[in-house]
Amino acid sequence: MTTKSLVAGRALPLATVLLFVGVLWYLGAIFLNAPRVREQLDRGPQAWTTADLIAGTWSMERPVLPTPDQVLAEFWKTTAGTKIASKRNLLYHAWITASATGLGFILGGLLGIGLAVGIVHVRTLDRSLMPWIIASQTIPILAIGPMIIIVLGNIGVTGVIPKAIISGYLSFFPVTIGMVKGLRSPDPLQLDLMRTYNASASQVFRKLRWPSSMPFLFASLKVSVAISLIGAIVGELPSGATAGLGARLLSGSYYGQTIQIWSALLMAALLGMAMVYGVGGIERIALRRMGTRP
Amino acid sequence: MAGLDPAIRNSARSLDARIKSGHDKGGEWSRRPVEGIGRWLLAADVPEVQAVTEGSTAATVVEIRDLSLVFQTGDGPVAALADIDLAIGRGEFVSFIGPSGCGKTTLLRVIADLEQPTGGTIVVNGVSPNEARLARAYGYVFQAPALYPWRNVARNVTLPLEIIGFDPGLRAARAAKYLAMVGLEGFERKFPWQLSGGMQQRVSIARALGFEPDLLLMDEPFGALDEITRDRLNEQLLRLHEATGKTVVFVTHSIAEAVFLSSRIVVMSPRPGRIVETIDSDLARGRTLDARESPRFLDIAHKVRAALRAGHSYDD
Ligand SMILES: Nc1ncnc2c1ncn2[C@@H]1O[C@H](COP(=O)(O)OP(=O)(O)OP(=O)(O)O)[C@@H](O)[C@H]1O
Ligand SMILES: [Mg+2]
Repeated sequence: MTTKSLVAGRALPLATVLLFVGVLWYLGAIFLNAPRVREQLDRGPQAWTTADLIAGTWSMERPVLPTPDQVLAEFWKTTAGTKIASKRNLLYHAWITASATGLGFILGGLLGIGLAVGIVHVRTLDRSLMPWIIASQTIPILAIGPMIIIVLGNIGVTGVIPKAIISGYLSFFPVTIGMVKGLRSPDPLQLDLMRTYNASASQVFRKLRWPSSMPFLFASLKVSVAISLIGAIVGELPSGATAGLGARLLSGSYYGQTIQIWSALLMAALLGMAMVYGVGGIERIALRRMGTRP
Repeated sequence: MAGLDPAIRNSARSLDARIKSGHDKGGEWSRRPVEGIGRWLLAADVPEVQAVTEGSTAATVVEIRDLSLVFQTGDGPVAALADIDLAIGRGEFVSFIGPSGCGKTTLLRVIADLEQPTGGTIVVNGVSPNEARLARAYGYVFQAPALYPWRNVARNVTLPLEIIGFDPGLRAARAAKYLAMVGLEGFERKFPWQLSGGMQQRVSIARALGFEPDLLLMDEPFGALDEITRDRLNEQLLRLHEATGKTVVFVTHSIAEAVFLSSRIVVMSPRPGRIVETIDSDLARGRTLDARESPRFLDIAHKVRAALRAGHSYDD
């Protein structure tokens, strides 16, 4: 198997999907933007053709649905075409959001693992904690996000910390669920073996439960990192923040800058993908070092 | 190990230190022909190991009286063991044999404190099975290998040594010694998924031997092996037993294996698991595989077979 045929093997389906989505998108732009373009053209002096209409729908300044090329042009302009430290650079905003996401992911991961360890080892925690953990996730983050920001703002905590806390609040949950399952995944014989050695609970944890839980940990971390990003963006919405992808989304919607919204969304998607793939990369390295069957 | 008194522990450690310093230079073990390794290594062990066993002098290692065990399951109680009376003396090699599901594993697990009897009494090393387990009185070979897939072969063998707290040099020496004994030198860095089922089982045997417990509980350890390997390991286990005076409780489905290895054979029958008959097996010490053609061997094997048949008809 050559690299070439591998690439061809993946490229063709990918290109097909891309083409399909692209066609739908341009068609969608025509339908959604047409009414306003038609209004404009009607107001104008000349008669207009369908071609004029279509061209109009694909080049509005504030379209209902911008076309991919408009989004990409804006994306390119605000990343490569602007000074990196400038507030107009999308990468700068992406970095602001990414740092809150990273911190929230770490907070959520540690909290999630800590809770799972407690639940697996302490019987009373198993019964008492789980309902609260589940309840915590049924509260809409949009409702308590602003409260967290206001409360923390009152005691002087602003900036990245409140966003990271909201992000961690969302992202600990999959880690807890995954790790409770993972830490309980050793089979009875593997646990019996530890019993025959009179191993302490901490030895059982370090030498059996923890390594057994690795596949579960990474699966839940991938979910968790994506949720962390959502948490960080949501955390930027009510804070009146001027920086971050959330702030870009908000200001875009204030001023009807749909192209700006879409390019911020594109950046968020790319950031999320990079983070999930990053966790996947760490997973591959960790599992290879553990000698897992490739 | 940690549960034993310090003097015993030290003598066991110094033994290994000696073995290590004396013999572990230049991978001498790995060059020796496999057949000879067990005998050669064990010869070095004899005096020290006897010093270890002097620590506790009681002649009976396992004493079981009127023991029964009923599992409570979803569809009613299952009587796994009933009316078990058995005493196993220090240095004995006792085999359990019987049809599938007759409670051999369950009985072994009761001795190991992995299962709680619902009636009767059991004493291990003069104390309850629980206390014996806490004192790390036995090494257990499970019916399945139960290796940890993220540890390579050597690290699977050193797992109990890490837990007990041996120092790293000693762990490596023990792993090398017992992997050689089961014929797996050169496989130290392989992971369990890279081994055949029989090789995995041999790793688990090396793991149980590694911390040199006085009592070995082995649940069909050679079930997954080919005939030749099985013969070789049978012989090595016998040599180990003769040289160290370990007490071995051994589960098997093979009459030949039971007769060849054991000093006593416990024949069991199912539903509920009981002891049908206990047959002494007194082949000469230092016997080799050829002993399996001797009239004495055939005679004992015949008795075991008859008892197994009786156990089956008991059931009807
Ligand atoms: N944990 C358990 N719960 C319920 N029943 C059990 C349990 N373990 C074993 N049993 C039952 O106890 C009986 C004895 O089982 P055991 O595993 O001791 O048999 P065995 O003699 O080792 O069989 P084999 O030779 O097939 O390994 C069987 O009827 C089995 O179904
Ligand atoms: Mg069994």
